[in-house]
Amino acid sequence: MQNLNIYAPRLLEKAESFSPGHRACIGCGEVLAVRLVTKAMGKSVVIVNATGCMEIIASQVPYTTWNVPWIHTLFDNTAAVASGIERGLKVLMRKGRIPQEEINVAAIGGDGATFDIGFQALSGAMERGHKFLYVCFDNEAYMNTGVQRSSATPFGATTTTSPAGKRGMGQFSWKKDMPAIAVAHNIPYVATACPSYPFDMIQKVKKAQSFDGPSYIQIFSVCPTGWRTTGDISIRLGRLAVETGVFPLYEVENGKYKMSMDFPKLKPLTDYTKPQGRFRHLSPETMDQIQEKVVQKYNEIKAKANCEVKA
Amino acid sequence: MTKRVGMEVSVAIAEAVKLADADVVAVYPITPQTHIVEHLAELVVSGELDAEYITVESEHSAMSACLGSAAAGARTYTATASQGLELMQETLYVASGMRLPIVMTVANRAVSAPLSIWGDHSDVMTVRDTGWIQIFNENGQEVVDNTICAFRIAENRNVLLPVMVHMDGFHLSHVIEPILLSDEEQVRAFLPVNNYPLPLHPSKPVAMGDFAPPFIYTEAKWAHEQALRNSKKVILEVWDAFAKEFGRQYKPVETYCAEGAKTLLFTMGSFSETAMTSIDKMRADGLDIGLVKLRLWRPFPFEELRDVVKGVDTLIVLDRALSTGGPGGPVCSEIRSAFYNLNPRPQIVSFVGGLGGRDITIEGFESIVRSGMEIAKSGSDKEFQIFGVRE
Repeated sequence: MQNLNIYAPRLLEKAESFSPGHRACIGCGEVLAVRLVTKAMGKSVVIVNATGCMEIIASQVPYTTWNVPWIHTLFDNTAAVASGIERGLKVLMRKGRIPQEEINVAAIGGDGATFDIGFQALSGAMERGHKFLYVCFDNEAYMNTGVQRSSATPFGATTTTSPAGKRGMGQFSWKKDMPAIAVAHNIPYVATACPSYPFDMIQKVKKAQSFDGPSYIQIFSVCPTGWRTTGDISIRLGRLAVETGVFPLYEVENGKYKMSMDFPKLKPLTDYTKPQGRFRHLSPETMDQIQEKVVQKYNEIKAKANCEVKA
Repeated sequence: MTKRVGMEVSVAIAEAVKLADADVVAVYPITPQTHIVEHLAELVVSGELDAEYITVESEHSAMSACLGSAAAGARTYTATASQGLELMQETLYVASGMRLPIVMTVANRAVSAPLSIWGDHSDVMTVRDTGWIQIFNENGQEVVDNTICAFRIAENRNVLLPVMVHMDGFHLSHVIEPILLSDEEQVRAFLPVNNYPLPLHPSKPVAMGDFAPPFIYTEAKWAHEQALRNSKKVILEVWDAFAKEFGRQYKPVETYCAEGAKTLLFTMGSFSETAMTSIDKMRADGLDIGLVKLRLWRPFPFEELRDVVKGVDTLIVLDRALSTGGPGGPVCSEIRSAFYNLNPRPQIVSFVGGLGGRDITIEGFESIVRSGMEIAKSGSDKEFQIFGVRE
């Protein structure tokens, strides 16, 4: 890992698949992730984009930010469209209509498109075993439509549809464990990543594409607009999410868990929540409750990876 | 060599898809189209059809997978009915709006609730404005022929629109008919390899499905409208070419004993066959009656229909769907609107019947015609009549 960090930047693809000139917010963690992820994917790729921020900021007629083949159709069907493209290219190659070569198919979508509305299409595509990579850019709410809660929104966070008030204190449920659901489909590769750890993320994308089957990567994408933070701390927030155990980085290869990084002691949760407006209303008691759950979930994953539990 | 084979219409459609050498078939089971995809599964597994067979988890995903494979440049087919078509609804607009040449059989069926698996045109009417080319058929041979024609129409460079080939659920999908199945070479010669102009491929990156703000949305819709209207020219060319090659001619509007008749009965789909028998009987009884059958539902054949009703006093339109709370039969309301500016224009009487698989017999058609003629003479305070209902 040490050596990789020195040399990896030089191995990074120079050409931009996702070029400058888009309209993402200042400090958007997702757009940074998309840029690096598409670099990692290489040029021989077809990208299927769910409706969401990345489609809206990058594709207004007559402009496009994409330098690779790209298609957007709807919010809820990205994995199904990817299925059709993967099989379409396969049969055209078999019938000799297009040259025989390796073309990777990648579906990308936000947490709403993945955890909620596109869940069935994704489950179907993973179950059928298409060779494709699904990347979920998880910013923990429906940001494109104006910060509404999704099943990826963390417990207690306020959104426009989970506001805090006399009868509620924000999001009422715990975040859906989407990577575990992906693992339950018995697909060859599942991973979590964060653009605050770019080389780890790039490596995981490349690795995911090497499997002959479906792969799923969930990328933690800081959203200053939705989380009510300043745009200059996005990278730091991503790191804090990992260091506090809120978003552990790991990979699951053929069912075998492996921690991508581990900490002898997790940082306190408040390091991560304090700069964010969405957690500002929470009482110390609720914070303790969340802290406990974070450690518990973190330890569960570590246990699956057969790591010694220290925290 | 053309073979004449007795087979179930659904099975024959699968054979037509094989003859068309489809590349990708995305399937989800729904009665009554299920036999089509079952037979396709057999054709693919036996190697008779070299296609990718995608068993999706819903109709929404069936059409979504079709969007992907058509965008990749593959010849793409699926089939559905009823609730499946309803579930596809939003993807249908995408298929036509993105100009993806997909061919889909729809085994027309009622829509829940109450649950009914039987045939009528309720499902079609909900997708009327999705921007697809839509062709109706009255027997199995027509469905088979138009399945083959549909690929050539859809993939034509001047069209690039998806096509729905309609057949009445059960009344057509499950009957066994003698079907003329053409020779593979002859069909391949008629139907060139799909050559989609801008497929998704790394050799030439394209961005498909961008979003359109108000400054361009109207123009995009207008371009789609023009493309759909202009597709009629190609549809006619394809039908003429088909007639030349295979000897069976199709037209947007077809008639039976309509020449000089003062009253016309209007039908769509398989009811036309029973209606013809009924027309024979009524004419033998001295009634001045003919039949007009609509084949091309979209683009709507305004000119051809206006030509047919020249000199006609009464037009009795039978719908197999109900525009609940509206002007009656959805097809009739389009006919009324198409003829409103005609001078002179025929009296138009709207009937709704045959809902949820209920048959209309030869006598039934006669009863519709006789009461329609009576209403045309004496008038009615109702927008439409519902045939054979128990109050």
